[in-house]
This record gives sequence, C-alpha cells and structure tokens, in this order.
Amino acid sequence: MRKDTHAITYPRFLLRVIGQSFEGSWRFYLWMTVLTAIALVGANAWAHQLAEGMQVTGMSDHVSWGLYIANFTFGVGLAAGAVMMVIPAYLYDDHEMHDVVILGELLAIAAIVVCLLFIVADMGRPDRFWHILPGIGRFNWPISMLTWDVIVLNGYLLINLHISGYLIYTRYLGRKPDRRWYLPFVFLSIGWAVSIHTVTAFLYSGLGGRPFWNSALLAPRFIASAFITGPAFVILLLQLVARLTRFRVGDGPIRTLTSVLRVTVLLNLFMLGSELFTSLYTGGTHGAAVTYLFFGLHGKAALVPWIWSAVALNVASAAILHLPASRRSRAWLDAACVAAFAGVWIEKGMGLIIPGFVPSTLHEIVEYAPSMAEWKITAGIWAVGLMVLTIAIKVALTVLTGELSVEPRGRADRAGTAERAGEPAAAEGS
Amino acid sequence: MTQPSRRVALKVLGGTLGASAFAHAMEPLRAWSKDLSLDQFLQRHYKELTRDEIGEVIHRHEQQTREEYGREVTIRDVRPQEGVQFGYALSLSVCIGCRKCVEACHVENNHDRRTNNSYIRVLEMEQGSFDMEKGNATYEHAVPAKGKYYLPVQCQQCDNAPCVSVCPVQATWKEPDGIVAVDYDWCIGCRYCEAACPYHARRFNWTKPEIPADEINPDQGYLSNRIRPQGVVEKCTFCLHRTREGRMPACLEACPTGARVFGNLLDPGSELRWVLENKRIFVLKEELGTRPRFFYFFDV
Ligand code: SF4
Ligand code: SF4
Repeated sequence: MRKDTHAITYPRFLLRVIGQSFEGSWRFYLWMTVLTAIALVGANAWAHQLAEGMQVTGMSDHVSWGLYIANFTFGVGLAAGAVMMVIPAYLYDDHEMHDVVILGELLAIAAIVVCLLFIVADMGRPDRFWHILPGIGRFNWPISMLTWDVIVLNGYLLINLHISGYLIYTRYLGRKPDRRWYLPFVFLSIGWAVSIHTVTAFLYSGLGGRPFWNSALLAPRFIASAFITGPAFVILLLQLVARLTRFRVGDGPIRTLTSVLRVTVLLNLFMLGSELFTSLYTGGTHGAAVTYLFFGLHGKAALVPWIWSAVALNVASAAILHLPASRRSRAWLDAACVAAFAGVWIEKGMGLIIPGFVPSTLHEIVEYAPSMAEWKITAGIWAVGLMVLTIAIKVALTVLTGELSVEPRGRADRAGTAERAGEPAAAEGS
Repeated sequence: MTQPSRRVALKVLGGTLGASAFAHAMEPLRAWSKDLSLDQFLQRHYKELTRDEIGEVIHRHEQQTREEYGREVTIRDVRPQEGVQFGYALSLSVCIGCRKCVEACHVENNHDRRTNNSYIRVLEMEQGSFDMEKGNATYEHAVPAKGKYYLPVQCQQCDNAPCVSVCPVQATWKEPDGIVAVDYDWCIGCRYCEAACPYHARRFNWTKPEIPADEINPDQGYLSNRIRPQGVVEKCTFCLHRTREGRMPACLEACPTGARVFGNLLDPGSELRWVLENKRIFVLKEELGTRPRFFYFFDV
C-alpha cells in the first residue's frame, strides 16, 4: 500500500473502530450499561460539586486533599506499572511477553485517563483549565512540580497512544509493523513510566512543611508499588481475556509477571518497614503522622482501620505468592493479585495522602473521611476508566485476531491471520 | 433482516437514553454556568492586564457584588509603594490570646460568615515548651490561662515562599513590597499551595462566601479583601488595601494589648526596626528555609 493512501484508510479505520466499539455480545452490553450508569451517577455528583462548591466533599483547610488525589496517585502507579512490566519482554527478548505489551499499553492509557479525570475532579475551578496550558496560560515551569506532572502524564498518554495505535493500525492493514516506528517508543515509554511516578512522588516529597511526605524514600516506594499493581492487574486481565475471547498468550507471561510480583511485594513491605522504623524510633514530628496513621493520636483514629487492612492485604499477598499453592492454583494466584492490588490502593492512596495533613502544619488533628459525593465521583471515574479499557482491548483484539481488517474479504481470509489468536468470542453469541 | 434492524433500533434507543441521562446528570451545571460570563472566562492574569482592563474587571466585580450580595462596594487596585518592605512582629509576652485579631480579620476581609473563617489562628501553648504538638487552637476558656502563652499564626509572607513555587499557574506571587498575593480570578483551585504552606496560612473557598449585605466591608482591595469567588484559594495580605495607604492592618488595630508591631523594614526610624534591633527575635520553623517576614519576640 502506498503512503499517500493513509489519508483515506486511516479515517476509515477510525470509523470502523468506533463502529466496533458499539458491537458485542449481551455480556458486553450489560457490562457497558452498568459502567455507564455508575459513570452517570459520578457525573451528576461532580455537577453538584461544581455548582455547590467543594463543601460537598469531606475535605477542609486542614485536610485539603483527599480521596481524589489518593486515587490519582494510585492511578499513576497503575499507569507506570502497566508499561514497566513489559521490560522483561524486551530486555530478555521474551517473545511471549511481546503479546502482553499491547495490553499493558492499553491499560496505561486507561489509567492515565483516570488520573487526568481525578485531577479535574479535584480542581476548584475546572472552568479555568486553560490557565495551565503551556503557551496559552501561565505555566509555572520548571519551578512547580505540578507542571512537570502535567508534561509527563500527557506525554506518556501520547506515547502509549502512538504505540498501541500504530501496532493496531498496521495489523489492520495486514502489514508487519516496522520496528523503527514503535520499538524506540516502547523504550521511551518504559523510561517515561519511571518518570511519571517519580515526578508524582516529588510532588509530595518536595514539601518541607509536610514531614510525612518529605522523605527521599518516597519515589522508590512509589516505583516498587507500581511494579505490584501493574503486573497484578495484567495477570487478572490476561485470564479474563482468555476466558471471554479466544485470544491466547500462553502461560509464560503470567509466570514471568508472577515472579516480578514475588519480588516487588517483599520490596514494598521492606521499604514500608524502613519508613516505619525511622519515624517511630526517632519519634518527634515525623513520628506523629505515622503514629496517627497506625495507632491514632489523641483519640483520633480514622485511618487506623484503613492502614491495617492495607498491611494485612499486603502481607497476605506476599505470603500467598510464596506458597507453592500459588504456583499450582490460579485461584490462589488471583487471590494474591486482588489482595496486592487492594493493599496498594489503600497504602499508596488514603494511607499516603491523608497522614500528610494529619496532624496539620500547626499540629492540629482534624480528621477526614470521604463524603458520599466523593465516593460517587470516584466510582464514576473508575467506571469511565474501565469503559476506556474495555473498548480499547476489544478493538485491539478484534484487529489483532484479523476480525477487523482493511481487506473487504476480511472475514473470508481471516483464518490466515488469526491462526495464533483466534477470534474473540465477544463478537458472537448475542 | 429483522435481526440487524432490531439491533440498530435498540442501539439508537440506547444512545438516546444515554444522552438524555447524561444531560440530566449534568443539569446542576446550568445554574453554575449562568454566573460565568465569557469576559470572566477569558480574563487574563492580573499581571497581564492594563490599568484600563483592570478598571473594567473591577467594574464588573462591583456590579456583581451589587447583584449577588445587595451591597455597593468600592474595589481599588492599590499598588505597592517604592521603598517599602513590609514586616510584622508580635510579642509573645504581651499577647493574651483573646483572639480580637482573629475576629477583626474575619470582619475586615469579608470572610464567609457560616464557617467563621479568619486568616489568623491562635495556638495556646504550654509554658516552657515550644512544641506545637502540645498547643491547642480550639481553646474555649477564659484567657489568659495559667501556665499558658499564646502564639497567633497567620501568613508569614515568606521571602522564599513554598506556596509561590508550587503554584502551577503563577496565580500566587510575591509583590515588590514583600506581600504574597493571589489572583482570585486566575487560581484554578488545585490547593497545591495549601499543601505546601508550612504555617496553615492558606484557605480555600469550599463554597461561595455568605455575608449579609450590612456586614460587608465595602472598602475593598482587588488583591485583598474583595469577596472571593467559590473554588479558589485566599490568604492574609497584611491588609494591603490599608497598609499600602499608610494605615495599619485590622488585626493590629484590634489588638487590646499592643502585642503587634507592623511597619516598613526599610525605615530605620520605625518601631518595627527598633524591635528587630533590640529584642531577641525569632521566626517560626526557621529550619525550613522559608525566610518569614513575620517575627516573634519575648519582652522579658
Ligand atoms: S506563610 Fe504560607 S501562605 Fe504565607 S507566604 Fe509562607 S508559604 Fe505562602
Ligand atoms: S490553589 Fe490556586 S494559588 Fe494555590 S497552587 Fe493551585 S492555582 Fe496556585
């Protein structure tokens, strides 16, 4: 195919992809309807928050960031982890892992969408969004770490959109992807993945007035937990894809990802322990926030159940992953993944953001609990993320399996291109 | 052919339902966007506006206050004076913790009445300790209490202000006379500055401020006490609408004990300079390197 025809084939590709996003089995429709409903509840809560002000949240001048920023932080980890786990694919030239790459990229895209939505949800004045656009507003770069975050997150989104878009489009055209057009970007995105989580950690660790965050260990801790959530999510995702579609990647990737997890869950616990020791043994101001988090302070203990659940989940996942059972049984492995995911969600979410504010800079203890509105908006944003992920994976798999291709006789000759993957079951059975 | 056409019909139905549900969900935004004019939306940063443009913006704000709060007010854009660097000092030996300054700030700066907001917090500290953890900001008993001293804290107008560094859109900055100001019409409400400030000096407008018309202070500054919009951050401005015209901050005027000393750091004859040169002064959290312009001292 000649280059100049891309102007025609590409829009047509996009159109067909969009059409494809609305096709599916009853299960697909049900899933998307449920997600849409949750997203709508969130949208409604957000509209109220905008109209009535952020008094509808549980936040205050003492705890001025809450559930939104907690989820944002966790989401960045997920986005970073989704791509960092492709490192083995290229470093060790693990061919089976290559098939997982595209899933990782798509997960990263969905996670970044989630992060950006959480930032918007947290803004008091989203109508002034353009103030933060470089060149149009007043971009306080390079001084403000938040501007760095804007750059790395959006850059990351673009890189991953390019990689997955390119891979899917060439497959749609029935051509072999040109390594020069995606391999450098894959490496770039791996490095970039580290940067998004590092910059996000610097957002907090750079604040001298918040001793709980002001630790050099924060960025490494963030990276370690990214290496938990990314692989854990992808292990579950691969099994789901295997069950719902006929796309197969074999057991190799799951085994690789499990070995990554085995190391990172321990690493994460180790670093948490180091932080705990340093603050509790030394005591003082740094200790106050940690004491509040784990044991409560002056009778206030709102975070105690949260953090101990996180510790329990993290320890449980580490234990299960090192039991022989997790090797033999998928159910145990899945349980470990779910536990690890949930544990990090708390530890690098609420457990990280809230103690930065309690006790406050004047050592007042004002507690925070998310309001109903915050829960609704949070659920809504995750629902949107899952919708993005579902559609992205569905489209990707239909193309990768040859179901959707530029050839008008795509259906007739798909046997040729789909020998390895098979067609997705999602397209049938309605 | 019935199968595909039924499918299409269902899809159209689903799409319509979805769209109308979305419109319904977003309904509360209608009232919110009514208050938002195009001029307001496109308004540029304070520092990029010409004097004429600021005049227009001020006119719009005065009109809005009339419509929404039922009060005639005058908003002035008072600029810093040449050769003035503001500083503030407070005697911890004299302060009795009566919170008259807190109240005066509340009234002067048109704070929200429901939340009883103020830029000043007074900590009741334990005699012989400088540990804020032993402090209490919510004491309700008669003052001064035995064995206690009082530590009022407000914006320290840091020379190396973390709140200014972290703001992603330069909505907050250091003025030439040392005051850290906020452009309420430019702030995006991310509250990063609130997280960065080590002195709990910043406040967010969690809702639209509520003030009865007869309680509104009509003498307003563009960068200081004009009624703030919902969803933006605000802070103490050393009452720049007063102090830039040679008056004293409201908190100082309200203080019954004379614990507060305000003035021009560059004026060798000022009382402030005398205090700085003759008293043993210190600043809060000096180790953070924020270089405050707010000094504390003990008289004895
Ligand atoms: S006290 Fe806080 S708000 Fe005031 S200048 Fe310093 S950092 Fe900024
Ligand atoms: S809340 Fe406003 S002033 Fe504070 S950092 Fe964000 S944009 Fe800047």
